[in-house]
Formats: sequence, C-alpha cells, structure tokens
Amino acid sequence: MIKTLAKSIRENKLPSILTLVFIMGEVLIEAFIPRITAGLVNNIETGAAMSEVLKSGLLLIALALVSLGCGSIAALTCAKASAGFARNLRHDMFERIQRFSFSNIDKFSSTSLVTRLTTDVTHVQMSYMMIIRTAIRSPMLLIFSVVMAYTMGGALATSFVVVIPVLICGLWFVSQKAMPAFKRVFKKYDKLNESIEENVRGMRVVKGFSRENYEKQKFANAADGITDDFTKAERIVALNTPIMQFCMYFNTVVILLLGSYLVISSSGAKVNMGHISAMLTYGVQILMSLMMLSMIYVMITISLESMKRICEVLKEEPNLKNPENPVFEVKNGAIQFNNVNFKYNENAKKFALENINVSIKPGMTVGIIGGTGSSKTSLVQLIPRLYDTTEGAVLVGGVDVRDYDIKTLRDNVAMVLQKNELFSGTIKENLRWGNEDATDEEIIAACKLAQADEFVTTFADGYDTYIEQGGTNVSGGQKQRLCIARALLKKPKILILDDSTSAVDTKTDALIRKGFKEFIPETTKIIIAQRIASVEDADLIIVLDNGKIDSMGEHDELLTTSNIYREVYEQQTSGGDSDEQ
Amino acid sequence: MSSNSGPRNLPKGVSATRKFNGNALKRTLKMLWQSYPALLPTALCCIIFSSIVATMPAIFNQKILADIEMFYRQGDWAGAKEVIIPKIIILASLYLVSLLAVFAQTQLMAYITQGFLGKMRKIVFNKMQTLPIKYFDTNKHGDIMSHYTNDIDAIRQLISQSIPSLIQASIIVCTVFFIMLWYSVWITLVVVAGVFLLFLVTKKVGGGSAKYFIRQQKSIGKAEGYIQEIMNGQKVVKVFCHEDKSIEAFDKVNNELYEDSRKAHAYANILGPINMNIGNILYVIIATVGGLLLLGNVWNLSLSGMALSISIVIPFLNMTKQFTGNVNQVSQQINSVVMGLAGAERVFELMDTPAEVDDGYVTLVNAIIDENGNITETENRTGTWAWKHPHGDGTLTYTELKGDVLLENVDFSYVEGRPVLKNVSVFAKPGQKVAFVGATGAGKTTITNLINRFYDIEDGKIRYDGINVNKIKKSDLRRSLGLVLQDTNLFTGTVMENIRYGRLDATDEDCINAAKLSGADDFISRMPKGYDTELSNNGSNLSQGQRQLIAIARAAVADPPVMILDEATSSIDTRTEAIVQSGMDSLMKGRTVFVIAHRLSTVKNSDVIMVLEKGEIIERGSHKELIAQKGKYYSLYTGAFELE
Repeated sequence: MIKTLAKSIRENKLPSILTLVFIMGEVLIEAFIPRITAGLVNNIETGAAMSEVLKSGLLLIALALVSLGCGSIAALTCAKASAGFARNLRHDMFERIQRFSFSNIDKFSSTSLVTRLTTDVTHVQMSYMMIIRTAIRSPMLLIFSVVMAYTMGGALATSFVVVIPVLICGLWFVSQKAMPAFKRVFKKYDKLNESIEENVRGMRVVKGFSRENYEKQKFANAADGITDDFTKAERIVALNTPIMQFCMYFNTVVILLLGSYLVISSSGAKVNMGHISAMLTYGVQILMSLMMLSMIYVMITISLESMKRICEVLKEEPNLKNPENPVFEVKNGAIQFNNVNFKYNENAKKFALENINVSIKPGMTVGIIGGTGSSKTSLVQLIPRLYDTTEGAVLVGGVDVRDYDIKTLRDNVAMVLQKNELFSGTIKENLRWGNEDATDEEIIAACKLAQADEFVTTFADGYDTYIEQGGTNVSGGQKQRLCIARALLKKPKILILDDSTSAVDTKTDALIRKGFKEFIPETTKIIIAQRIASVEDADLIIVLDNGKIDSMGEHDELLTTSNIYREVYEQQTSGGDSDEQ
Repeated sequence: MSSNSGPRNLPKGVSATRKFNGNALKRTLKMLWQSYPALLPTALCCIIFSSIVATMPAIFNQKILADIEMFYRQGDWAGAKEVIIPKIIILASLYLVSLLAVFAQTQLMAYITQGFLGKMRKIVFNKMQTLPIKYFDTNKHGDIMSHYTNDIDAIRQLISQSIPSLIQASIIVCTVFFIMLWYSVWITLVVVAGVFLLFLVTKKVGGGSAKYFIRQQKSIGKAEGYIQEIMNGQKVVKVFCHEDKSIEAFDKVNNELYEDSRKAHAYANILGPINMNIGNILYVIIATVGGLLLLGNVWNLSLSGMALSISIVIPFLNMTKQFTGNVNQVSQQINSVVMGLAGAERVFELMDTPAEVDDGYVTLVNAIIDENGNITETENRTGTWAWKHPHGDGTLTYTELKGDVLLENVDFSYVEGRPVLKNVSVFAKPGQKVAFVGATGAGKTTITNLINRFYDIEDGKIRYDGINVNKIKKSDLRRSLGLVLQDTNLFTGTVMENIRYGRLDATDEDCINAAKLSGADDFISRMPKGYDTELSNNGSNLSQGQRQLIAIARAAVADPPVMILDEATSSIDTRTEAIVQSGMDSLMKGRTVFVIAHRLSTVKNSDVIMVLEKGEIIERGSHKELIAQKGKYYSLYTGAFELE
C-alpha cells in the first residue's frame, strides 16, 4: 500500500528530504539549548564576569535564530511537500478514474469517489505532514535529550529510567484500548447519521404515517447506545493526561530531591544548580516527544483507512485496453452479434445476455423493446465496447470491436445514454463534446435534427445559454434532445438511443425519427424505447425478455408472433376502454 | 421542492462572522448546568485546583533552590535535609492531590461531554420530528444533517476542550503572573514585553494562515463540485472520449487547491518554531537581565519584598515558558470558543424554529357500528373507524370514517404572492378514484399536500367526511390517509419491517397479505432471504420499481380508507404495471383514491380526471368524456404535448 502511494510523491521528494534535514538541524539545536542555558545560569550563580554571561547569552540567541531559520524553512518545505503530494494523489486518482472502463466505474459509487478524492486525500496529506515533520523530530528529540541529560546530569538522569517506561506503557495501553473502541463507535456513529439522513429524506413518509413518536423512540435507543460507547472510549483516552502529569510530577520531585542532595553533598562540584534547571527542561522535552509519538501513531492509524480507500482506486486496473496494432477505421455501420453471452461480474450466476445472434445492415433502423431488467441497455453497450462480451463476439463494420482503437470505435458509435448528463457550461460548449471543431452551422443543423433548435432559440441567450450543474435549468425532454444533438455532432456511423426520448412528446419523437430517416440514412440507428410508437416503423424490432431474444421482426410480424410485444402494444394503445381513438 | 442537489455549500462557519455570542454561551452553560447540577461544579473545582497546582513547582523550585544556595557551600546535606525534605514532601502530596483532581476532572468531563452530546442529539432529533414539512422543503438536507455532524461536533469541541482549556490557561496565566510579581516586578515587565511581541507576531502569522485556510476551504468546494459533476457523468465522459479534456480541467482546479493549501499550511507550520524560539530568546533575555540585575545589585521591586537572588532568577526562567505557553493557549482557545459557539447557535436556531401546530381535537377511534348505524367506541381494532368529535357544549358525536373528501374553492401559495392553486374544488365520494393530470408545476402534488395538511390552505375549505380538516388532529388525519410517493423512501431494516411501518401492530401475515395485494410478494419471495432481506441505503439493492411496490405494500398494510398515489407506479415499466394492475385494482377497491400520474394509461380508468394547468382545473370528467371534449387531455393523450 505504501509503495502505491509513494509513487505519487514524485517532485515532492526533495522538499520532503529538505524538511527532514532542517528538522534535524532544529532538533539538534533544541537539544543543546538547555545545556547552554545551564552554563548561563551557572555563570550568573557563580558570579562570573558579565562578559561571560553576555557571551553565552549571545550564543543562545544566535542558536535560537538558527533554530528559527531551520524551523521556518522546514515549515515551508513541509507544507509544499505535503500539499504537493496531495495534489499528485488527486491527479493520479482522477486520471486513473478517467481510464476506468464501465465495469470499473460500476464498482465505485460516484459519492464514494468524491470522498476518496477529497476527504481521504486530506487525511493522507495531514498524516504525511505529520510524518515528515514530527515522525523524525520526536524520536530524535527524545534520543538527543536522553543523551544530553545523561552526559550532563549523570545520576540525576536516573529518574528518566523510571519515567520513560511508565509513560510508554501508559500511552501504549491507552491507545491499544481506545483505538478499537473508537473504531467500533465511529462505525455505529456513521450508521446513526445515515439513519438520520434517511429520516430527513423520508420526512413525508414519517409524517404521512404519523410515525414521529416511533422515530423518536427508535432514535433515542440508538443515540443512548452510542453515547455509552462514546463515553467508554473517551474515558480511556482521558487517562492520557493524568498519566502524562504523573510522569512530569514524578520527574520534578525526583530531580529536586536528588538534585539538592547531589548539589549540596558535593558542594556543587558534581552537579550544580544550572544542571537542575536543565534537567527539568530535558524532562519536559522527553515526555513531550513521547506524547507526540503516541499522537502520530493515532493519526496514522486513523488515516490508514483513507490510504486503503485511495489505494483501491489507484490499484484498480482498467479492464479494457486498446489492442496492439488497432484498427483505426470503421468501414460502415454494420453490426453483428455472434453467439454473445454476457455477464457483468465473473462470479454472477446468471448471464445478463444469453445466446444473442443478431445481424444488422448499415443504415437500418432497429428498435429494441423489453421490460425493465430485460437487458436492453446491456445489449447496446457492447457495441461501442463499453463492456466486453463474456463469450462470443460483437462485430462492427465486419471487424471485432476488440480490434479497434477504442477512441476510433467510440467516435463512430455514438451512444446517447439512458442516464444522461449535461455539464455546467454553455449549450454550445456542451454540444462541442461531440465534435470540438464543430462550426456554428453544424451545431445548428444537429440541433434541428434533434428538434432542439426550436427551444434553444427561444432562450434569451440562445446557444450561449449557461447550463447549470446537472442540467437543472432545462426540462427533461429538452435535456434529452440536447444529448441527442451532442451525439449527432460526432457524425457517427452508428447511433444508439437508449430510451433517450422518454420525456419527449410523441409528436416530437416522431419528427426526430423522420429526420433521421431523411438526413442520416447511412447511419445505423438503434432505438431502445418503452413506447411501441417509437419503434413500430423500424426495419427490425428486437424483443428482449430476461436477457434473451424473445422474438425479432417487423411490427406487423411481431404482433402475431410475439406475445410480449402484443401485450405491450395492447396495453399502450387500448387499456380499459377501447373506443376512444 | 425538497432537494439536496445544487452547488455544494461551504461548510457553515468557515465564513461565518467571528463574533462572540454571549447568548449562545449563556444558553449552552445553562443547559449544561441543568443537566449536571452536581458533576459540573465538581469538575470545575478540579480544573481550578489542578491548574493552580500546575504553577506550584515554580514556588517550590525557588524555595528549594534558595535552600540549596544556603547550604551547598558547606556541603551540609544533614542540615539541608531538615529543611528540604519537608518541602519536597509537601510538593509531592500537592502533586498527588492534583493528580487525583486531574483524573477526576478528565473522567468527569468525558462523561459530561458525551452525555450532554447524546442529550443534544436527542433534543435536536425530537425537535426535528415536530417541524412542519415546509422546513424540510425549504432547507437543504445537507444543512439539516450538518446540525448532527458539524454543529454537534463544534459543541463537543467547546465543552470538552475549548472551555476547560480556556479556564485552565487563564488561571495559570493569572497565578504565574502573580507569582512573578511576587518575586520581581522588573523581570515580570521584561516577560510581559516579550509576550506582547510574541502575541503580535503570532497574530500576524495566524491571520495569514486563517485567510488561506478559508481560501483552501473554497478551493476544496470548487474541486469537489467539479469532481462530483464528472463522477456523475463519468459514463458520458467515456462515451465521448473526453477523458483527457476532463483531466486537463481538473488539473487546473487541483493546482489552485494546491496553492491555497500550501500557503495555509506554511503559515500554520511556521507558528510552532516562532513560538518556540521567541520563547528561547525570551529565556536568554531573562537570564541576562536577571544576571545583570544580580551583578549590579539593583534594588528589587516585588510584592514579597524579597531581594533578588539566583534562586529567584531560575524559577523565573521556567515561569517564562509557562506564561508564554498559556497566553498563547488563551488566545487560541478564545478563537475556538467563538467557533464552537457558532455551532451551538445553529443548534439553538433549530430548537427555536416554531413546531408544527396541531390544534385539532377531532380524533380517530376504533368503532363498532350496529345495524341501526349507531356508533360505539372501542379499544380493539375492528376494521371500522369513527371520528370522535367533542363539541363546545360538552357533547360527543361520532361520525363514521368513510373517505369522503371535499375541497371547496381552495387557494394556496408556497410563497406569498405566487399562487400555486387558484380556486380549486374537488369532490371525491367514498370509493371513487380521482386522478390529477398536468405538467410539472401545475399543482398536482400540492393538492395532496393540502389534504393531509403538510401545508395549510390560504382560502377555501377542505372537509373530510363532512368535518373541516382543521379540526382533525393531524396525526389521526394522516393515519387515515395512505401515502405512496414518487420518491420512495425505505428505511434501513428488513423488508418486513419496512412494510410494517404502515401499521406497527400488523402481524407478519398482515404484511405478507399486503405485499400480495400490491404485487410485491412475487419478487420478495424470490429473493434468497425473502421478507428478511435487509434493506439499506434507501433500498439501493432493489430496482426503483421494486421499491415502489414495497411502498405500496406499506400503504396497503395500513388499510386506510383514503389513499394518495403520487406517481406511485412511475418507475414500474408498463408491462409490469399491467401485471400488478389487478393487485392495484383490488387495493383501490372500496377506497377513495387520489392518483397523480405522468403516464395516462395509469389514470384512464379513474372515475374523475382533473386536468390541472398553472394551478387551475381546466378540464374534469371521465376519460371518455375528456377524449370527447377534444381539449387539453385529448392532446396529451394523443401525444401532441409533452408533460415535462
């Protein structure tokens, strides 16, 4: 995992290393300072000449300034390294996601990807910063301080022998106990928040069924449980402060007691008063760095989860790859399905598509009809190679789709998705997704064909109208027509409409189909629809049921041969009374 | 209406005005005090005691060092022992008591904080249950949720950290300041001057950091917005081979975020070394000034009247660090107290939002009706209900619940001045099926919102079995109306539990029967765990159509005399709809049903169809009549208009 993440450090290696170097400098000085102050104190105490006092004073100030310099540089390089690392992580993840195939995309929900790219990266950024700044600093400060304390304080330093293990054990105990407790309770806490969100979303249901009191009771139970768990966990963590203070206090008492004995019994020969104050400072430094270490430990464990989630994205291998020596030209819009079986997941028991054999000539209009779950979408997604077949082959223009350059194939097979999206930007910008270099005339022509021009021109800003995120400022029918126009701009050899006119009225729907026939006769058109009216004049209608082809043929033919087709047709045209039309 | 889409909001509080809110503080403390009248003062005493003890080493150091100074030249440990040991014993015992106090304080605060947060969560949730639907329609769900996450978290920070630290640091600052004055006013002045300098520098650097943190927050928002958009449309990106373009655009926002983040953290990181080293320099200055004063034998001004000696200068050195550290602490904590209070304030805002008023007094009771039509109230479920209507003169009347709904000349608007319904009248006789048809925004859903009083009408009257709905207790009114909405909301739990939501005392058999009636039983029993299948995340493991079937079963188990189906079958494909149609028909039999549907085949067999346009009923009649009229309905039916 670390290896995967470390790949994203790249140009931030230098600032990271510089941070370590300067931090080391800072720590060295920091560890020396108490020693020099001890000398200073002793100078004052023994009534040395003022020049001596000033000399060590100036030395100290100089050291402090150097330490300030080191610290500041480290602060800057550290910020740069960690922010840069985060930027690279985001870039790498985003790029990887762009390379995902549809089946890769299906594995992650879009909200989870957003969290991975934002919150999770921030967590990693923080712990990276923590690691390069403190992970080296604390142990070094610890070691230096211990060494300094021993070389200077001698016997006085024995107090550390007691205090350090006590603190380590204490902190270890607390973090070992607290972390699993917190992990558990945070999971529950997330669940609680989810159920609150559910409640907020479903407030009409709650109120509609007068379930307010029931919900209150349910919530109270869950909330009380969580409060208990949180209290338990927090009380363990609350032990940290007394443990730390115990060590501090113990250290102070021992050093004062032992110190005064040593100073007096040796008349200041072995140990002097400066030493006592220096030892007290080292004591604080040592205990503080231990405290920091335990914090780092906690921080890293917290961000482990985030790291895992980021790695999942970075390690996800796009499972559709361009072939070697790809074909860069699609000859025509012929489509052939040869014994195609398909399932979304290797482990799935059931095929989503079974035994599909279809042959479509260039320029044909093909309608696909079937209930929800009959795999209509799955079928057409195989044509632009959004998924690969499990068995069998799909041929476009006589060539297996797996032999094409993916971009070439998709530029020639335009698909208007069922769940379609417009992006924030003007209408023109959105349409140019189909063809970057499209002229205004081409854009207008495509929109006319998709019956979009008529409403676009009624907007005050016409083709420069700004589309809000998610296309919320155009109606469903308008959005669908813009999406069709966008696909038309590709000038594709095959055009697939996956239930793309469901919100368009039947008259406009018919006009669109008429336009297709007239203006793009060579393009093969595949239309998935709920409405029989949208497909009844197609050259070929495929009726899908449960992943299998139930029947195929023209409208009149199917009315006699296909029960499903007839059923749907009757349901849509007649209903209760039959004398209305 | 209600939506949590749209551009992402910045977390509240980031750009919130940083003003100290005394009221919120008072209210928080008052609630805290009322919740823990004994524990809170105990914890407070412990905090005060342990903070004072934290300053003790300074005094004892000074005394013991003075003793050492006195004895060490003679090397007379035996003599010194007499003086020093007792002092150390006093110090040790003080420490011991302080440790106990700290232990008690931290444990108590953990207990109090979590207990209080639990209480707040419940208060907020319970309050939320009483709020009118309007609140949920006009506030973003993300914002409502943030009361439970961000705001409660801010309060946690406030109680468990900010306030105790503030108290602690303030006490330490005062005590240390006093002790310093006790020893020497001169040196104290030097310390104060140094602290002032430190304060200026940190304020400047800290200000820069705050500025960039806010900018970082904004860039995160921007990046998140872009990521969200692309992730939602990822398949479109693939289909149009737009991957490289989107990476390019992402890199732009990503770089902005990097710049702001780098600057924010650089400023923040630099604070540490500055604090530390100004502390060090101050240390040197004190030592030098102390040394100079000692050497020069300068007269000492102090509260104690002590002369200056080395045993005073040394504790001063340590006190300087303690003093600067805690002054820093105070200024930081004031900041976080302000932020915490902003969270508390938002919670209070929610708590102060007026609750839904329910002054209805007509209630729904189980009833037995004899052959003569006399109604008697009973405790047990009989399958028949009656409205219990107490009158001003103390008499009680009972009216059978039949499902007769009448809207007379109703006017309504969500926002004043923008009428949504104008002079709408609807008559639904018991057992009738009434359909509403019209474009989005024509006011179809609004009518149903008024019948169950999610909103109150402006003018006109709504009568239910002849009773003005304003007189009926809201919960009883709603119990008598089964609701199936377009956005099905299922709750985490088993399928069975979700169906039982309609009637809590329904047996498993009742639930299964309801599922059979609504046509849901078929797919439920085909799932491996059947009715025990766990649903989560709004039933994301089911198709939209299956969710709708469960929602219909949920309404069916309640067995209400009136049902409102708002696009209830919109996501069931026409073929499946045809299959569940018989179930739906038997479900609707004998009930008054209001149907809103986009698909006209769903409403065709209604007794009355109302065509709504811009809040007015422009056509009404049966399917046959409306087709014959060749008006709006006719053109809709023949597909000449689109509904959306």
